[in-house]
Amino acid sequence: MTVATAEPRTRTRPVRLGALLARPEVGALAAAVAIFVFFLLVAPSFRSSASFFTVLYQSSTIGIVAVGVGLLMIGGEFDLSAGVMPISAGLVNSMFCWYFGVNLWVGAVLSLAFCLAVGFLNGWLVMRTGIPSFLITLGTFFVLQGANLGVTKLVTGSVSSSDISAIDGFASLQKVFASSFTLGSATVWITVLWWILFVALAAWTLQRARVGNWIYAVGGSADSARAVGVPVVRTKIGLFMTVSFLGWFVGMHSLYRFNTLQAGNGVGNEFLYIIAAVVGGTLLTGGFGNAIGAAIGAFIFGMTSLGIVYAGWDPNWFKAFLGVMLLLAVLVNTYVKRLATKGRPS
Amino acid sequence: MRPFLAAAAVAVLSLAACSDGGRQETNSDTSGGGNAAGSSGYTVAFVTHETPGDTFWDKVRAGAEQAAKDEGVTLKYSNDPDAGKQAQLIQSAVDAKVNGIATTLVTPDALAGAVKSATTAGIPVVGLNAGIDQYQKLGALMYFGSDETVAGTSVGQRIAAAGAKHPLCVIHQTGSVSLEARCAGVKSAVPGTENLQVNGADDSAVTTTLQAKLAQDKSIDYVVTLGAPVALDAINAKQQASSPAKIVTFDLNQEMAKRIKDGSVEFAIDQQPYAQGYMAVSSLYLYLKNGNDLGGGKPVLTGPSFVDSANIDKILPFTEKNTR
Repeated sequence: MTVATAEPRTRTRPVRLGALLARPEVGALAAAVAIFVFFLLVAPSFRSSASFFTVLYQSSTIGIVAVGVGLLMIGGEFDLSAGVMPISAGLVNSMFCWYFGVNLWVGAVLSLAFCLAVGFLNGWLVMRTGIPSFLITLGTFFVLQGANLGVTKLVTGSVSSSDISAIDGFASLQKVFASSFTLGSATVWITVLWWILFVALAAWTLQRARVGNWIYAVGGSADSARAVGVPVVRTKIGLFMTVSFLGWFVGMHSLYRFNTLQAGNGVGNEFLYIIAAVVGGTLLTGGFGNAIGAAIGAFIFGMTSLGIVYAGWDPNWFKAFLGVMLLLAVLVNTYVKRLATKGRPS
Repeated sequence: MRPFLAAAAVAVLSLAACSDGGRQETNSDTSGGGNAAGSSGYTVAFVTHETPGDTFWDKVRAGAEQAAKDEGVTLKYSNDPDAGKQAQLIQSAVDAKVNGIATTLVTPDALAGAVKSATTAGIPVVGLNAGIDQYQKLGALMYFGSDETVAGTSVGQRIAAAGAKHPLCVIHQTGSVSLEARCAGVKSAVPGTENLQVNGADDSAVTTTLQAKLAQDKSIDYVVTLGAPVALDAINAKQQASSPAKIVTFDLNQEMAKRIKDGSVEFAIDQQPYAQGYMAVSSLYLYLKNGNDLGGGKPVLTGPSFVDSANIDKILPFTEKNTR
């Protein structure tokens, strides 16, 4: 009310500040800079370019899926199966090719189809039944976790996948998913480049493409979105499939970097993806957030997990530190959001 | 099903470009000519704290199953990493009136009640893998496993003899008593030992954390890992950090056996999980059948057994069969 009657000259400044603060990644960016400077000060071995790229690599293995999970959360849904999805993807590829002795590219494509199918099923079940995605994907999470173990044991007689480094196609797939090159004294893993590409793609989609508007719309309010003609079902299923595509991608990286996979791995990573997105300013309720924020969230994760080691501290405390980070991020986000909406005239 | 799969495999092989390095077709029959299951009439419950997906427990279970097959025992395998739930599994075995119970005793206090109700019901209990100090107090008859502290100490002594000053002991599971005991054992022989906690559920995280540590502290001369998969990550980390540290590990698997053969890992210390499973079932069989008591009132140690370049050629074939 008072804003409406205020002079136009004084109105412009709070709005501009509000617009800046309303960007989801601002809080995370400030935190990232603070943490970066902090570790630069306390950890001498953090100060090399080699360490920086190790941190980037660690961040990328979380960040690639986190971008997808961030998009999905903006769209108002969760995916708890994202943690074990990479392991499932790698196992499908590895075991199919090992059992039948076929070129690994065949298995990689098959594995992609499998992951997309799981993503589609997640989305379709959520849309069809109206059951919260938290429950549906909790179900797929357990199914994948159990199937990873059961099928691996059945096929290989052990709970880790077999050595596939001698099968055709390994070298070329490793180039795509798990190669590295040196830049000065640092090793740059290709996942870092892929990560940047995926983030850029997601950011562009959200800001510039029509699909981006749809994602914000379905996350904000699915009913109003439907009323103005947004294809809600297609958008949400697409988001689930995006997450499983990125899960597949990370799975391919693990497989071609480590050659064998432990069938029980990946459990717990789904929360890291969600944490990265939330720290990056994505709202759990949907409709708010962006891709850059999720990327910064993953970078904060990589930086703290390794910074503690570079500083020579006891990494037992890492989880506690992560929890504090998460709480702070959520508090900052809530505060910033309130500030931003208060400054907005209407 | 097998002939069909084999036929399908042949068909696919002839269609797709055939590629080496995959599964080796073998005709070996794993059944090994044992008795029909259950022919001795005994039923043994086998309860562990296995977290699903660990290659180690795979072998314990394989050993138990082979013993059951050889001796005609019906085996009921169950597992739960949660102490309370493991106690319930023991209790349900008692309720089912099995003839004997073999169980790991990793959390003795939590399992004491369930073991007591088994012994009061007249069901013999043997311990395996963990609980070496407490099994007698709980009322278990025999124990098959290794002493984690002894194993850790012998690793420490061996690397100390090789000149280790500042080893890094990598703990891949939070709050595990047996893993902490191994590192404590190493530290008792090499006082400069430092522990490092990593997230064992994520190979990339293990690799980067180790890489960061090796880059941060160049004085680390040995990396002691407590599980074979972690040692494989350590090899990666060591290359990335171009660290001169040598790698030694607890536990063995097929990949690890190859790495010992090619020299990237110095040695592995094996507590012979297959033997733990096999002996636990066999000892119950002998006790029920013949009243035998193994170990003379003391725990029967299945390790530590060193695997290094000297004996790897003999052991490699066994790892390929997933029995070592």
